[in-house]
Order: sequence, then structure tokens, then C-alpha cells
Amino acid sequence: MITARYHREIPQRYRLEAGKCEQCGHVDFPPRIVCPRCKGRRFATVVLHDEGTLVTFTVVRVASDRFSKETPFAVGIVELSDGVRVTTQIADADVDGLQIGQKVRIVFRRIQEDGKAGILCYGYKAVTD
Amino acid sequence: MRDVAVIGVGITRFGELWAKSIKDIFVEAALKAMGDAGVDHIDSMYVGAMSPGLFVGQEHLGAVMADYLGVTPVPATRVESACASGGASFRQAFLEVASGASDIVLAGGVEKMTDGADVTDTLATAADQEYEVYHGITFPGLYALIARAHMQRYGTTREQLAAVAVKNHRNGSKNPNAQFRSEVTLEQVMNSAMVADPLRLLDCSPVSDGAAAVIVASMDVAKKLNKNPIRVIASTQASDTIALHSRSDIATLSSVMKAAQKAYKMADVTPADIDFAEVHDCFTIAEIVVSEDLGFFDKGKGGEAAAQGWTAIECNKTPINTSGGLKSKGHPVGATGIAQIIEVYDQLNGNAGARQVKDAHIGMAQNMGGSGASCVIHILEGK
Amino acid sequence: MVGIVGYGAYLPRYRIKAEVIAQQWGSDPDAIKRGLQLYEKTVPGQDEDTITISVAAARDAVRRAQIDPKEIGAVYIGSESHPYAVKPSGTILIDALGIGPHTHVASYEFACKAGTEAMYVAYSLVKSGEMKYAMGIGADTSQGAPGDALEYSASAGGAAFIMGSERVVAEILFTHSYTSDTPDFWRREGESYPRHGGRFTGDPAYFKHIIGAGRALLDKSKMSPQDFTYAVFHMPNGKFPQEAGKRLGFKKEQLEVGWIVPWMGNTYSGSSPTGLAAILDVAKPHDLIFMVSFGSGAGSDGFILRVTDEIAGVQDRAPKVREMLDQDKIHLNYGEYAKFRRKIKLNE
Repeated sequence: MITARYHREIPQRYRLEAGKCEQCGHVDFPPRIVCPRCKGRRFATVVLHDEGTLVTFTVVRVASDRFSKETPFAVGIVELSDGVRVTTQIADADVDGLQIGQKVRIVFRRIQEDGKAGILCYGYKAVTD
Repeated sequence: MRDVAVIGVGITRFGELWAKSIKDIFVEAALKAMGDAGVDHIDSMYVGAMSPGLFVGQEHLGAVMADYLGVTPVPATRVESACASGGASFRQAFLEVASGASDIVLAGGVEKMTDGADVTDTLATAADQEYEVYHGITFPGLYALIARAHMQRYGTTREQLAAVAVKNHRNGSKNPNAQFRSEVTLEQVMNSAMVADPLRLLDCSPVSDGAAAVIVASMDVAKKLNKNPIRVIASTQASDTIALHSRSDIATLSSVMKAAQKAYKMADVTPADIDFAEVHDCFTIAEIVVSEDLGFFDKGKGGEAAAQGWTAIECNKTPINTSGGLKSKGHPVGATGIAQIIEVYDQLNGNAGARQVKDAHIGMAQNMGGSGASCVIHILEGK
Repeated sequence: MVGIVGYGAYLPRYRIKAEVIAQQWGSDPDAIKRGLQLYEKTVPGQDEDTITISVAAARDAVRRAQIDPKEIGAVYIGSESHPYAVKPSGTILIDALGIGPHTHVASYEFACKAGTEAMYVAYSLVKSGEMKYAMGIGADTSQGAPGDALEYSASAGGAAFIMGSERVVAEILFTHSYTSDTPDFWRREGESYPRHGGRFTGDPAYFKHIIGAGRALLDKSKMSPQDFTYAVFHMPNGKFPQEAGKRLGFKKEQLEVGWIVPWMGNTYSGSSPTGLAAILDVAKPHDLIFMVSFGSGAGSDGFILRVTDEIAGVQDRAPKVREMLDQDKIHLNYGEYAKFRRKIKLNE
């Protein structure tokens, strides 16, 4: 994991900072340069809500090398209460008991690490209540 | 734009080709295509490949292949659109000939996936690196997210997904170039190892080496060469959001719908006029969703169609993936889009052997990248 | 008045029972449970570490304090399992909470009392008028060597305390620290697991320093054990804190609320801090709390706190320690535990 690439995404991964288009109000996560809805170019920083519902999910049983020791783990698309959707793992989950529509909240976890000596990479995951 | 035809094709076997390098397989397919077309020179060439840099450490593939094919100094460009690289390569060739810039262009595709790279990681570069892959999702995982949403909304079942795999293996068993030429049963699919719920091993296309190439020419050149020119009557492409979570509807592939709408318009046909189609079944659910979004079946009915046999060759309703699809034929990523064109070409020429569709007059090839962020569609017409 | 204005704690959901570990190594589970008074312990998930635990606890502390994180002038995390040997855990925490960049950060190490040392310094910075708010955190994902006695107790968890002088919920009245060179338990640079001196860890280490700090606190404050509603000591197992309390003159009932070790294990730098958080969760205005930590090597930090009228308003703003101890537990078998704790040699 290249450190600069990781560092740039910290406001998003740690604090859920998104961009709200000043023209049409559309919220993008992560923030963008061009609003996909109205092509606007000016944005305000907003922080996303940390609660939402599960829109869809899967249980990954065959993962890439980096995540292979953590299988099976659940990954899903969560719609946060401000309407923004994110892809995220569902941590500490009973993987066989998840349901679409379940309420979740966002927590701070270690997402991956760059081997034994590289940097540790943190970010958001969801947990069911 | 002037009329464009496919005048020759060449393909290698798909599978684990340990003894052959990426150059070996591409040159093999390209020489076959040129020989089939009866041409000894080309004006330019396109090489579709998703990730030769990550798979074998080689970029600049256009130059590499022009060199090893012995056609330097013609222009040669590598084209990339993830799993739609082959289709995009064909589209570039089509546009170059249609525009009049060239008369004879080689459109090829290749992927060498078995040389030791982390395939899961490499394929995942087709998704959103920072906001999908960073969190551990894999490609089967992304299509599993689509599958679950589709199953929730439309009642699509596990058996219906499996029916797609069964049909494609049955077709592939009749394809001498296919990676897997044995049939599978519904039970085998349903009991295969779980990869990403609900998708199992036999719902997923395999890791493959392979190459395919076609020669695209203007209709005048085609007629001069006395070929049975198969005319390209539509060539379209569409894009969608890179991340699945940015889509307005997870159970619909809107890049497919958009590209299809434009293709039907360009060819002046409707979905009902399509006699058969090669579609991008990277996972069984993909074939089901695509068959709906191409307009062959109502939204939500793709699963039922597969299970009822309406996409089988024998049924002759809308045969899908007579080649065996990506599932059975194999999916050397960059080659797939070209291989689809080749199957359509063979069908329209009456050369599909035991896989032949009756009265095949108009065929479609639908190629897709990532979780549907890009889609390339071609419609070809036989005599 | 200077003291705690907000607090939070975090315990992972995973557990392993003492009898599961005993069975693995062929020990008598009942003897372990009776002897150490440890029934189960917390285990960090594969995606949890001292930093994620600290962030969860700190977020709850901010929720309770209801302050702007940008006003926190220092963040000190005490742990013996900082994920980086060089790069303070607090640097990640401040970005996660939106604290800084105009802030002090450092990692503290003093075995199991690194957290209370961090709390002391945070408190002192506010008391001296240096800054409006400062945060001290004790958190750990401590490791016990396979088959060693410490494997029954080494657990994961932590608590965070924001010190300030406005809307204080628990005023810090007195502090005292008692330290000496006592090699009872240590870990050399580069080693995976600590070593300890067996029974030497008892009287010459744990008890000497806790009693040393405890007596000094009582003398300084001119208070007696019976003045206190609650007492909490460092909890390496169930027995030691009860004995410490007894020797200082406290009754078992005073220790009860903070005595969470039998179900939590020894969260090392998180031990007495999480015990304190459990007490604050149920404390009433004017309750007096007596707290003495212990860190091997060795030293003890003592605090006398008095709960204020503000406490009732903050307790319910975030999850409570008792809920974390009792609810939504996920029990692991030894193989899962060994995998989570990376005790299995991988092909890397």
C-alpha cells in the first residue's frame, strides 16, 4: 500500500467526509471534482451519518491473498441515513444470519495491512446492532 | 460511415496453456485469422488485453504483437476496458474501417492469466480500488451483491442460476476450443464450493489463457476477396459508474441497456430480431441480468427463461452462449470479446457444427467490463 | 475544579472461556477458575487493535462530554500493545476523531499503568492551565504466551477520559505515583511475549506499589477507606485486587462494581481505567472513588475522585461497560482464538 495513496483517503475512511454539490445538493462519497448529477464544480464538505441499512450483501469465502485469513467475511452495500451508499465489510457478523434491510452502524476498524512491516490501513466497517 | 465486414477469424484453445507465452498465443490466433481471411497484409491492428502488466509484467502490447506478428511498421494499439477489452478492440477496428481511414484491420484479444500473478487481486483492478476493493470485495463478491439484490427483488432462485451453468457446459461440450468440454449437472453446480454467497465455484467463469483475432475489412475489400462477408450492422458502447454502490439500481446493468438501445437503433432491429447472442456470463447471474437488459426477457424473468430452457440451442427461442459462454469456453479476459464475435461469425456462416442455430441470420455479441461499468455490443448480419 | 468531563470504554465482542484454554493445555479448568477467579476474557477481532479500541472509547468520551474535538489539546494513549513501535497510536486517533492538527500526541508505555499515567498527564495539563481539554486513554490487546498462566487473563479493551474544568462529572481531588525498579514482568525489544518472575510479581511488585501509592493517597487526603463508595485497583486476575483492597482497609462491596476482571480478563493498560468507567456508569453525585493502578517494572498511579451533579446527564449518552460485558458475546474455540491472536505460524 503506497503511503501517499492511503493518506489521501484518510478524511473519507476515518471521518466519512463527503462532498455536497452547492448547485443541486447531491452528495458524493468520496468527494468529486464534477457533480455526476448537474456537472457542478463547487462542493461543501459534509460528514455522512454513521447509521444505515443493508441494501445487499455477500459472504466472501474465497478472497485475495491480503484478506485470505479473514474468510468468511461479509461485505455489503450500506445505505446511510442521508441516502449515500457505501461498500463495506460487516464486522463481527453472524454471516449466515444477515438480512437485507438490517440496521447497521459504522465503526472504525483496521481494514488491511501492508505485510508485516508496511503501514496499517484503517477505515469504516458496519456492525449490526 | 461505410459498410464493414468480418472476413476471417482465428482462435486458440482456451485453458491452462503452460507451454505458451502471451506472444505465442496471440500470434497463433492472428495468423489463423489472416490465413482465414486470405490477407497477407493489414493496415493496422488492435490488441485487447485487460492486464498484461500485472499478469506477465508486459505492457506496450500493441508494439509487442506487431513485432512478433511480423507486421511492423503498421500502427498497433493495446485497448483496455477490463473484461470488455476484446469488444472494445473490435469496436476500434470497426471505427477505423468504417471511417475510411483503413481498409483491413486486425482486431485481436489475449490474456495470459496462469503465469503466477494473484488473479483475484488483478481482476479486482476493474472495480473501484479505494472504495470497493480496499474493503476486501472480490469480483465474485460484486456479482454476488447483484445476485442477492436480484433474488430479493424478483425471486430469482439458486436453481435458476445453476441452470445457466448447466446449459453453457452443454454447449461448451460441443466446442472443440472450449476450456471445459464436459457437461455438469444441476446438483454438481448447487453443491460446488461456495465462493461468495450465493455464488458457487460452478457459477463462476474460470481462469484461462487464450487469444482470438478477427480481420475486419471494408465491404469492397471483402467482396474482392470473394469472402462471405458477415456485415457489422451495429457497434455501440456505453459506460456506467465504476462502483456498484453508485448505481441507481443494483439489479440492472444500465450500461447494457444503453448500449443495446443504441445498437438496435443503429441496426434497425428489435430484440425479437436477434436470432442468438453471445453474452458476458462472467458469473451465471450476469447472463440472467444481461438477458433481461438486452430486452430478450422481461425484467426479472431472466432466471425463469434459463430454467425453462428458452436460451438453449434446441429451443430456438433466443439461444444464448452457444459457444459455451465464458463459463465453459473459458474467459481469457482480453480475448473474450473477440471470441464472442467469432462464435457469431461461425453461426452466421453455418459453421457452428453441433452448436448450429437454425436459420441464424442476425447475431449479437455483448461484452462487459467490471461489474458493468462498461459494455460493448456488436450486431452482425449473415447473408 | 478539574477532572473528567467525558469518558468512554470499549470491549470487543469476542470471548474465550477459561475452560477452553485449560482444555487446550491439559490444565484443570476448575482450579484455574477458582485460583485466579477468571471465567472468560475478551479477545480482539482480527480487525481490532489498540488504536481501534481507543477510537471507539474516545468517540464515546466525546459523545458524553459534548465538546468540539478540536478543543482537545493533547491525546495520550498508554498501552503495551501499540500497533506501531514507532508512530504514536494517537496520530491515527486524532484524525479519526477530527482532533488537531493543533494538538499534542504521544504514546505512553508503563506496562499496565501506561493508561493511568496518560490520564494523570492529561489532567495535569488542564490543571496547570495549559489547555482547555486533554485526553488520557488506556487500551491494550495484550498477548499471553501459549500455555502460560497469563494466557487466561491477557485480554483486550480500553477506556478514554477527557479532562477539563467545565461541566466536570468526576473531580480529581488527589493523585499520587509510587515507582521503583522492580523487575517483576517485562518484555525485551523484539520479543513476542513478555516474561515474568512468577510469585515475585505478588508482594514485592503488585502489592508493594499499590499499597505504597494507596497509603500515600489516604495520608495526603486525610481520608479513610470507609469514606469511599467505590474502589478499583489494577486487575491482573480476580484475586489480587480483592487482596489489595483488603490490605488497604476496603470492603468487598466497595470493589464490586469495578471488579469486572472475571468476565473481561486483564486488559492491561485498560484494566483499572475500564473499571473506573464501569463505576462512573452507575455512580451518583458526591460518590467518592478510590483508584490505584499498577504497572510492572514497576509503579502505581493513585487517584481520588469525587462524582459531581453532572454525572447523571452523561451516563446514558454512550454504551455502558456492564452492557459490553454481558451482551452480544461471541465465544471462540481455541483454534479460532489462536488464529485471531496470530499465534499460528503462517507461510509468510
